[in-house]
Amino acid sequence: MRQPSKPEQRGQQRVFGNFLLHFRPRSVPERTLKLTLTWGLGVVAVVMVFLLLLTGLLLKFTYSPFPGSAYDSVTHLVNQVPFGRLLRNVHHWAANGLMLVVFLHFLRVFYTGAFAPPRQLNWVIGLVLFSAIILSDFTGYLLPWDQIAFWAITISTSMLDYIPVVGAGFKEWLLGGSEPGPQALMNFYAIHTAILPVVLLFCLSFHFWRIRKAGGLVIPRSAGEDPSVRGEMVDAMPHQITREVSLALLVFASVLVVAMLVDAPLAEQANPGLSPNPTKAPWYFMGVQELLMHFHPVFATLVIPVFLVSGLISVAYISYDTNTSGIWFCSPKGLKMTGVAAIFAGLATVAAVLLDEHVIRVNQAGPPDMVSHGLLPFASVLAICAGFYYLVKKAFSATNNEAVQALFTLLMTAFVTLTLIGIWFRGAGMKLEWAGS
Amino acid sequence: MKKETQSRRSFLNKLWIVLGSVAFVELFAGVLAFFKPRQPGTSALEAQSIITAGPVESFEPGSVKAFIRGRFYLARLEDGGFLALSRSCTHLSCTVPWVSDQNKFVCPCHSSEFDIRGEVTNPPAPRALDLYPIKIHNNILTVDTGSLKKRSRFAAEQVTYPDSV
Repeated sequence: MRQPSKPEQRGQQRVFGNFLLHFRPRSVPERTLKLTLTWGLGVVAVVMVFLLLLTGLLLKFTYSPFPGSAYDSVTHLVNQVPFGRLLRNVHHWAANGLMLVVFLHFLRVFYTGAFAPPRQLNWVIGLVLFSAIILSDFTGYLLPWDQIAFWAITISTSMLDYIPVVGAGFKEWLLGGSEPGPQALMNFYAIHTAILPVVLLFCLSFHFWRIRKAGGLVIPRSAGEDPSVRGEMVDAMPHQITREVSLALLVFASVLVVAMLVDAPLAEQANPGLSPNPTKAPWYFMGVQELLMHFHPVFATLVIPVFLVSGLISVAYISYDTNTSGIWFCSPKGLKMTGVAAIFAGLATVAAVLLDEHVIRVNQAGPPDMVSHGLLPFASVLAICAGFYYLVKKAFSATNNEAVQALFTLLMTAFVTLTLIGIWFRGAGMKLEWAGS
Repeated sequence: MKKETQSRRSFLNKLWIVLGSVAFVELFAGVLAFFKPRQPGTSALEAQSIITAGPVESFEPGSVKAFIRGRFYLARLEDGGFLALSRSCTHLSCTVPWVSDQNKFVCPCHSSEFDIRGEVTNPPAPRALDLYPIKIHNNILTVDTGSLKKRSRFAAEQVTYPDSV
């Protein structure tokens, strides 16, 4: 495969060899270059992170992290500074795009079984990166100090009140007082522009290094193929690098076009006396907001997230019946089970939301308690999950790889469904309504 | 001679560990002190915590009036009694507006609902709206916004009645 190169090509290779190949191997298995393995999602995410770092660095020169001037500094940036609006839009849309892309990347890694040894630790690092990105998006939209920002801070810090022992103290530290003010904005500014970028860059390097330690990406294969066959190797330059660079340019161009066409939202200046009606979180938090409407706050802010995160971490450490890494959806049977789980979860989630809204809430008076609105619904959800796992495993006489995959699909579909209900079917007073009605 | 060197070395090693630990504890305590929230000072708003709401007759029974500066609602129940309700939702602190044509407070964040007494009529809010103490002197109502009273449910003794109803 390696051909004798012309002198000018050698020059190019030296540039790329010295720089890019520093964290790329010289040669890669040809099969891992297939688009249907990665969909380029990791590369897209990295490009967006760098776009965010660069635009963020520039934004730091005009932003003023004080409640009295933050909002004005943003309107000044948008209306007076040359290319200021474009810069803010690129930062905003890259942040939103990154959220979507890392979620898809996370799904891709899961459904190709790329969390199995030797990639266990990298699955966890990926989860840490995902959390850091969620926190970055969250702390970022607090900074303009508009109505979205003020009420997001109020709601999220109030959630800490329901976390026993450490919650109240942490809230006091974050806010620096009883309500969001100068200290809160300064804290979020420091977290957003210093702490999280450092965490992101550190974990990203760790993430890449673990990929190399694992011998590159997982090798895509069909169910019958031997996982130890790596196939033909090709030079990273040009086969991998040119693909990555062209994808990076495509991402950059797409973000730029969106940023030119659509402005990043900026609500009215923060008003502590008036929550907008309805007060909706950004789209990526609507699932959590919907959860908060149905569960006792202790469950929505603490119990459910703890269960979810421990479940996601343990995905990589369960002992599985077979090795399915590199096989999309484990097997054709696994794909069928994934479909069943998705359809069931979508319908069940809609049914549960309607049941809570139109039957349970109507028939109860007084404040919710931990049992009727926490333990009972949570135990029912756990029971449904456990029941589903055993039924689907038995019905398809499946391996635990396929059954765990179905359970994961169940939870992810439920979360996505809650998010969509929140985005499109909640109107004034956060009442259920048909979109557009 | 050899033994002496060894004991000196192990002594110095222990000294390093002890000094290192002390330095670490100092550093940790220093960072904690650095991050300790400042003592909340009394803002101008808190200094004037007693708000004069007005004479008893100016509030219709069954009506709710918002006091923007005091951050509370003065609710007069049908039986003539008064409650000063905090405007913050007990769920996650959003400001709850009074919807007069439906006779209830509706939270715009997570759709909790409260009746005129501040009692929860729709979850997820876990407690009735917080109260501020009311005093009635010479037919004039004052509300002390400096002392917030938390409660789980509405109870009759929370209501303040004018001297002569």
